[in-house]
Amino acid sequence: MPALTPDDWSALRLTLALAGLVTVLLVLLGTPLAWWLARGSSWVHAAVGSLVTMPLVLPPTVLGFYLLVAMGPGGPVGRLTQALGLGLLPFHFSGLVVASVIYSLPFVVQPIRNGFLAIGTRPLEAAACLRAGPLDAFLSVALPLARPALLGAAVLGFAHTLGEFGVVLMIGGSIPGSTRVLSLQIYDHVEALEYKQAHWLAGLLLVFSFAAVLVLQRLDTQRPPQRRQA
Amino acid sequence: MIEIRLVHRLGAFVLDAQLQLPGGGISAIFGISGAGKSTLLRCIAGLEHAAEGRVAIGGQLWQDSRRGVFLPVHARGVGYVFQDPCLFEHLDVAHNLDFGLQRTAPAARRIARERVVQMLEIGPLLQRAPRNLSGGERQRVAIGRALMASPALLLLDEPLAALDQAARAAILPFLGRVQAELTLPLLYVSHDLEEASRLAGTLSLLEGGRVVATGPLGEMLVRLDLPLARREDAAVMLEATVSAHDPQHHLSLLACRAGTLHVAGTDLPPGARVRVRVPARDVSVSLAEPSGTSILNHLPATIRAIADGEGPAHAIVQLDAAGDILLCRITKRSCTTLGLAPGMPVWAQVKSVALASHR
Repeated sequence: MPALTPDDWSALRLTLALAGLVTVLLVLLGTPLAWWLARGSSWVHAAVGSLVTMPLVLPPTVLGFYLLVAMGPGGPVGRLTQALGLGLLPFHFSGLVVASVIYSLPFVVQPIRNGFLAIGTRPLEAAACLRAGPLDAFLSVALPLARPALLGAAVLGFAHTLGEFGVVLMIGGSIPGSTRVLSLQIYDHVEALEYKQAHWLAGLLLVFSFAAVLVLQRLDTQRPPQRRQA
Repeated sequence: MIEIRLVHRLGAFVLDAQLQLPGGGISAIFGISGAGKSTLLRCIAGLEHAAEGRVAIGGQLWQDSRRGVFLPVHARGVGYVFQDPCLFEHLDVAHNLDFGLQRTAPAARRIARERVVQMLEIGPLLQRAPRNLSGGERQRVAIGRALMASPALLLLDEPLAALDQAARAAILPFLGRVQAELTLPLLYVSHDLEEASRLAGTLSLLEGGRVVATGPLGEMLVRLDLPLARREDAAVMLEATVSAHDPQHHLSLLACRAGTLHVAGTDLPPGARVRVRVPARDVSVSLAEPSGTSILNHLPATIRAIADGEGPAHAIVQLDAAGDILLCRITKRSCTTLGLAPGMPVWAQVKSVALASHR
């Protein structure tokens, strides 16, 4: 028996595509959101910050359930996507993407927000005094200085998306080739008592997760020492 | 001309400052910690949005609450050197310098890069990363970076506070050069009276968020109605010219209006204009011309006024030495014993004179 079956390969490809796309979206969405959260302390900031952090504490099935309802034919998101001619998202790859972005958001927003907080306001003030407008200062000073945090957040977001189970099961339904990702494939193997297959895939995720954590550790030691605030 | 009127509330602290300063040279703002020095500078730069006020630099109006004008920081063209140099750690020195230059319209560029590099002696540092610079080097780069954006006003917020004694002494001459070579006004804030008066032409005294007084440095330091002259570290600054050297004794002779002063030998050529600092605690008075004393500098003077010192034991005597005003800190007991009174001719003995800056 070959090490990986065609179904395993398909699940692996699907998982990598999902994690890759979700990571790109997470960084694009999470960076401005983290910036906004790092720059304010009003109750609106606190409320949004809490909302973004919710997936961290909610059982994935609870989150998946609400997303399923919201994106379903009767839900607000579902009605919107249907009105836009996009059809319904659940049980499609696109639904997985949306759900994964929401589920992994705190894992990306928190480290980036902390990165921005560590930079402090002083470099941005210095940039403003050197004729850099707010967007310019963000792009040419804040982003480069927060680079280790951004990279770390991307690795964390990718790794976390790779391993999710509950939400993808609720939203995706484990359809081979479309929504059956690695974690679901492993579950199926175990259900079918195909321990050898499960071992291969689980081992793959184990090795990858270790590598990801290793990268994070290295990034952390590379981070420039925090500048003192006068 | 720099015109500043700002009212800004920060919790219980209220900044209510009014300032009119010359449009060139170094103006120092002196105040103890908590007087509102940094807040004032931050408001001038626009980093804090003062609710009320007007800031006009030369012909440019930066802020006028009555007319609803508030230029954002990046549109002001304000140079700001913070206590912590705050160089951009992700850029090397050359790119730090170029940051402001690139964002200054070519028509508005008034200061060439080569000139700044030369003036601040940062040529050898250009390819280095900020983290590999010493404290003094970082601050020099920060000053250069601010200048490269051709600001209309350069604000310096305790730029030497984070440096050790040697680095401090090394930076000041660079600022002197900046002032001498560029026509830009500098606003220098410090809680160190000596540092504030080293280079400044104008001195303002900030107390509890208010500008208590502003005037030419020489006049401000000797005013007996201000706390400056009564402080432990009170001193006057005299403008002098190097007149000769005494190589045998390693001394230099300086001519000021009051007479000739001996200082430890300098390598400045005769004719060089210098500013010397004469601390009030190193000046004593005697009724007759002193003889048989180790003190080299005796100057004839007339008592202008006498005031109480900071503590109960001391008096401050203000002396007029042929137009140069000296301060002399003596005990009240000596004052009574010698029968000192305004109008009396006396001899001032100056124990120490320090070269503050030169041009």
